[in-house]
Amino acid sequence: MEVTLGPITAVPPGEGRNFQIGSARVAVFRSRKGELFATQAACPHRQGPLADGLVGDSTLICPLHSMKFDLHTGQAQNGECTLKTYPARQSDAGQILIEMSEGA
Amino acid sequence: MTAKQKLVVIGNGMAGARTVEEILARGGADQFEITMFGEEPYGNYNRILLSDVLNGSHEASDIFLNPLAWYADNGIRLHAGVRVSKILRHSQEVVAEGGIVEPYDRLIIATGSLPFMPQIVGLKLPDGTDKPGVFAFRNLDDCHRITKYAMGKRVGAVIGGGLLGLEAARGLQNFSLDVHVIQRGNSLMGQQLDEPAADILKKTLETLGITVHVNVDTRAIRGHDYVTGLEFSNGRRLGCDLVVIAAGIKANTGLALRAGLAVERGIVVDNQLCTDDPHVFAVGECAQHRGQVYGLVAPLWEQAKVLAAHLTGMDPDSAYHGSRVATKLKVMGVEVASMGITEPTEEGDEVVQFTEAKKGTYKKLIIRKGRLVGGILLGDISKAPYLAQAYERNTPVPDERLSLLFDIGAPSEQATVESMPVEMQVCNCNGVTKGAIMGCVKQGKRSSKSVMEATRAGMGCGACKALVSQVIDWAAGGATEEDPSANYYVPGVSLSKPELVEAIRSLGLKSVSSVFAELAGGVEDALSKPGLASLLNTIWADQYEDERDARFINDRVHANIQKDGTFSVIPQIPGGVTSPAELRRIADVAEKYHVPLLKLTGGQRIDLIGVKREDLPDVWRDLDMPSGYAYAKRYRTCKSCVGTDFCRFGLGNSIELAQQVEARFQGLESPGKLKLATAGCPRNCSEAMVKDVGAVAVEGGKWEIYVGGAAGAHVRKGDLLCTVTSQADVLKIAGRFLQYYRENARYLERTYAFVPRLGIDKIRAVVVDDSEGIAERLDSALQRSVDSYRDPWQEANAPATANQFASMLPIVQ
Repeated sequence: MEVTLGPITAVPPGEGRNFQIGSARVAVFRSRKGELFATQAACPHRQGPLADGLVGDSTLICPLHSMKFDLHTGQAQNGECTLKTYPARQSDAGQILIEMSEGA
Repeated sequence: MTAKQKLVVIGNGMAGARTVEEILARGGADQFEITMFGEEPYGNYNRILLSDVLNGSHEASDIFLNPLAWYADNGIRLHAGVRVSKILRHSQEVVAEGGIVEPYDRLIIATGSLPFMPQIVGLKLPDGTDKPGVFAFRNLDDCHRITKYAMGKRVGAVIGGGLLGLEAARGLQNFSLDVHVIQRGNSLMGQQLDEPAADILKKTLETLGITVHVNVDTRAIRGHDYVTGLEFSNGRRLGCDLVVIAAGIKANTGLALRAGLAVERGIVVDNQLCTDDPHVFAVGECAQHRGQVYGLVAPLWEQAKVLAAHLTGMDPDSAYHGSRVATKLKVMGVEVASMGITEPTEEGDEVVQFTEAKKGTYKKLIIRKGRLVGGILLGDISKAPYLAQAYERNTPVPDERLSLLFDIGAPSEQATVESMPVEMQVCNCNGVTKGAIMGCVKQGKRSSKSVMEATRAGMGCGACKALVSQVIDWAAGGATEEDPSANYYVPGVSLSKPELVEAIRSLGLKSVSSVFAELAGGVEDALSKPGLASLLNTIWADQYEDERDARFINDRVHANIQKDGTFSVIPQIPGGVTSPAELRRIADVAEKYHVPLLKLTGGQRIDLIGVKREDLPDVWRDLDMPSGYAYAKRYRTCKSCVGTDFCRFGLGNSIELAQQVEARFQGLESPGKLKLATAGCPRNCSEAMVKDVGAVAVEGGKWEIYVGGAAGAHVRKGDLLCTVTSQADVLKIAGRFLQYYRENARYLERTYAFVPRLGIDKIRAVVVDDSEGIAERLDSALQRSVDSYRDPWQEANAPATANQFASMLPIVQ
């Protein structure tokens, strides 16, 4: 199920913002190259707010303890944990769309 | 499936049991049917701890390594308390008392050693039985017998001043006995110590109440029915109630000898621990390998591994090549470490020695061709782990011999790293151990950057970065890849700081994204963004094109993120001086926004902790105070003492100066945070000497300026930069120093690292004496940054980005 979150301008370039979608909290990132990513909102390491992290291309660094993730796969580069990721895209009308799995 | 081979082990001590453990660990249970003989009616126990049992610090039950159940659990048939009487090599059988006959395909002899009993008259009663009061000190039963007998006795003697004898003496002291140690030769622990060390040890033991007799030969044990005393060959006598004989050990080779195996000082074995009979092996104290018989546990572990690997076929090439053993022990509270030879034996052997008899400290090293061949440490054995490793691995030692004996100033890298236990945390922020770093290097990571990224070591406060690099270098055996990024200002742009500054200036790059585009092939490195933002701000001041995504979260919302995602808010309180009205406002804000924690900071300010992100703008508005910047790599605060208005010692107005410092440097962007202080007199109540910049008033209306101090993750007393005669000069010189630091320090390099890196002399030359003719430029560059200051909390009224203070966005369709 694809969900529309709002205008792309809600997320400044290179930053992330959190959205509540049903019971799920999703962090949406907009890279400076224009790619959109969506992941779970809390870092699996110590629940750091990932949306506040630093984004470089498709890499994300959690602000609390510098856990580093690949935004495409959710895989941590310096630990065992993995982020849940959601396919995200920008609609022609400039809206953020993300694909939520069943039941979310 | 072929039938299992029969493996018989004679001896159930540390060597026998350990070998069986090693065999089981290699799947030996599928290959062998294992039978063991032990003379003692117990499982295997840790013989090293016998003296602890004797002195009562351990219960006998505490020292068991393999209780009887272990044998049953592993399908091992144990004949406990059964003495083997002979080995029949032709029929491959072991015969034991009680008519037990066990055939073997492979036989391991691990009979250990026996106490050496010197020729002394009166050792036994006339009928040949043991004389009550005479004891050996070799096994658990000896301990039990001594304990039982010693109760209520007054004087105990130990014959033998070696390690075992001293351990026995320690045990006896526990029974409130007057303890005498009788040493035949002229020095204690002759195996491990040289004479000067033995003398020091003797004196130390005597202060502990033990009487040591050296160069004394015991001729007879007196007493008809039980021990009443000793008689020495010099005719003197000593009255005593019991005597423990600990005059040494000898390999227990009787069985092997009678079986016709080659025996010298021990049972002769080859590199596979095989005797001259290919079906018979020997390990531990009973074995002699390349002329050596070992009486310590470490070689035994090595032998057990080799033998197990060989017997199970897991590693047929496995071979034992002898052990270089360093020992570390505690003799009655005195720490002793010893390795190799105790005296130089070859021409050209170099001796490095230190004695401080009064403190009981003695250190001696024997170095041959740059490698350690012997060492004795007594009293202070802090260098023992490193030295032991250098000895055991036969690695070259540093030319700086002094550093082998002492940690002088900063310990030499190798010494620190090598001697660190594997489980020791290198990075205390992220809990990364030396072992974890070693593991990472083992997996093939060879540069600091890659190891740090993989383990997160050094990515907390950063204080351990140098140490992390050293551990990596050590673990890689020096085969570290030159990490080119070590010289880069930030990892994502391959330029050093001067090169980067030059490129930024010449290309006129004013934003972080333009730097990535022009200087990094368009590749954006997340970790590099804050450093670039800081540098660009420093270079361009008011012309800097601020991109908020390049900032760390703290700098995006001007508050310090907490573990739960809330923030801490610290307003400016210049000089730590506040007012009732200000306090009232802070109190009102704390109540209105339900601030969970209100705390005084170390920088003389007030911290409102746990503020929700959404509340930040309102909190700032209501506080109506400027940001204290307690979240950024910028000027933070200037602590001050009471100064001259009230303090009876005050020489200079430290409060006024601190307020001026804050007014001038507030919000100043910098490679690392800046914590300053002013002190009104040399009593230094505001701790100005451990600040990035500290000004201390001294008599005569002068101020001393200290730079490069720290009292956080790293502690360093600042260096005196210069003494000036006015507050205005403090501001000028401090400002020029800060600008020089801003322009030349690496990102996140605090002044405590920057100042010693360049050297205070160099810094003084540039900043005070203007040796490079750049003082004026530094001053004007700083002035530009000062002029571009703007209180970030004004963003309460004009947010810089969309949803800057929203923690969760509603879905808008």
